[in-house]
Amino acid sequence: MPLKGELRDFSTTQLLNLINLAGKTGTLTIFKANKTGEFEEVNGKKREKITAGPERAKVSFRTGKLIYAMMDDQDGNLVSVLNKAGKLTDEQARIIRERAKNTADKALALLLINANYVSQNDVVSCIQQHTLDVVYNLLSWNQEPFRFDDDVLPDNNRIQVPIDLENVIIEGARRIREIEELNQHLPNLDMALKFPENPKEKFKGIHLSVEEWRVVSFVNPKNSIRQIAKANNMSEIEIRRIVYGLEQAGLVELVKPPGMEQSVAAKTTRRPAPAKPQVQKVVVNRLIDKIRSI
Amino acid sequence: MQTVKMVITGPFSAGKTEFIRSISEIEVVSTEREITTPAEKRQKDVTTVAMDFGRITVDDDLVLYLFGTPGQRRFDFMWEILAEGMLGFVVMVDSSKPETFREAKSILETFRAYAPTPYVVAANKQDHPDAWSADDLRIALRIEEGVKLLPCVAKDKESVKNVLLELLYSILEEMDT
Repeated sequence: MPLKGELRDFSTTQLLNLINLAGKTGTLTIFKANKTGEFEEVNGKKREKITAGPERAKVSFRTGKLIYAMMDDQDGNLVSVLNKAGKLTDEQARIIRERAKNTADKALALLLINANYVSQNDVVSCIQQHTLDVVYNLLSWNQEPFRFDDDVLPDNNRIQVPIDLENVIIEGARRIREIEELNQHLPNLDMALKFPENPKEKFKGIHLSVEEWRVVSFVNPKNSIRQIAKANNMSEIEIRRIVYGLEQAGLVELVKPPGMEQSVAAKTTRRPAPAKPQVQKVVVNRLIDKIRSI
Repeated sequence: MQTVKMVITGPFSAGKTEFIRSISEIEVVSTEREITTPAEKRQKDVTTVAMDFGRITVDDDLVLYLFGTPGQRRFDFMWEILAEGMLGFVVMVDSSKPETFREAKSILETFRAYAPTPYVVAANKQDHPDAWSADDLRIALRIEEGVKLLPCVAKDKESVKNVLLELLYSILEEMDT
């Protein structure tokens, strides 16, 4: 029977750990979380019920090793992967797509290697990086319904590169910590940004990346960070990372909305542990005999 | 007459009442109340507000009492009282509801802190189509290898007997060490 659940209850890292430790073979499918408008109480807290929408990602494993990953909104075929990694130019990718649209990835890889477009190492490392990028992206998802189907594997024409999950889990945990730190630093994306006093001096001699310039161009106390991210087509993590860097460098300042104080969770006190009951072995044996006879 | 006590604990709707009902020789003295919150009502109609109480009489000199704790956190002030003097405890987990796993682990740790008595984890509702296997649950709940995690169907008497026997064997083992 498949493992089913939601990432808000059982995270991607926990799932990877389970698959690794149990040496599982199969495919993990993650679905879009469709909000229902209905509420449920889980562990004393109210939350909105979600149902599984369309598929968003699929990740496959063989005996506990990661072998394949795809995102629904990304074209994960070999040409796109090599193009994204800079191993094929846009023009080369376009021509190959036109000429080899019905060729499976494995056969296409052989053709490209034989034609000296790429090396075998290029293919393996690009596929590996693509797989890892997909999985690392999944680590930031924290709501979606999932299902793990035992023994379901991707079609054989896909190139599968086995990757040990231990390192992925460690790197994933590091990234989650980074995300948590960023979230802690910037808990509310509805805050806005403004330039500090004397911005000209601060920006003198500073080299910003294209993404940083794109964010800087929208800095205005009227624009929320969320709006800036949307305008630049950036994920929450990307915008948080950039804003954090700009703020640490003193290039922008956060404009905090009022009423952001966090409540401090009440601490419970506990009585000392009571003494163990004094029960003799013969009593336990009598209980065993009785229960066996019921 | 000597009485001994075991506690059956676990999250809301894990199957504690059903577990006790399957094995108790008396009609379970249940303190169930109709559920008031709509969210909980979707899961079941009645719930345990203070405790369930079952009994297994061994002979004229010895009686085993089974106490089921209320699953909701708002009644956790009762847990410590119920835990006092227990011989061991069973943590029931609804294997088909991963949203309750974190709470189950938290309850397990709470009871371990109350008393250093042996315990077992019962992976309940194994007959449910969405149930996680006991092996997967062990990893999900991070249960140490030495702790028994047993597949269980609380409405099946044999399954309940097996869980209680395994707990008693663990108690015996601890007495030997």
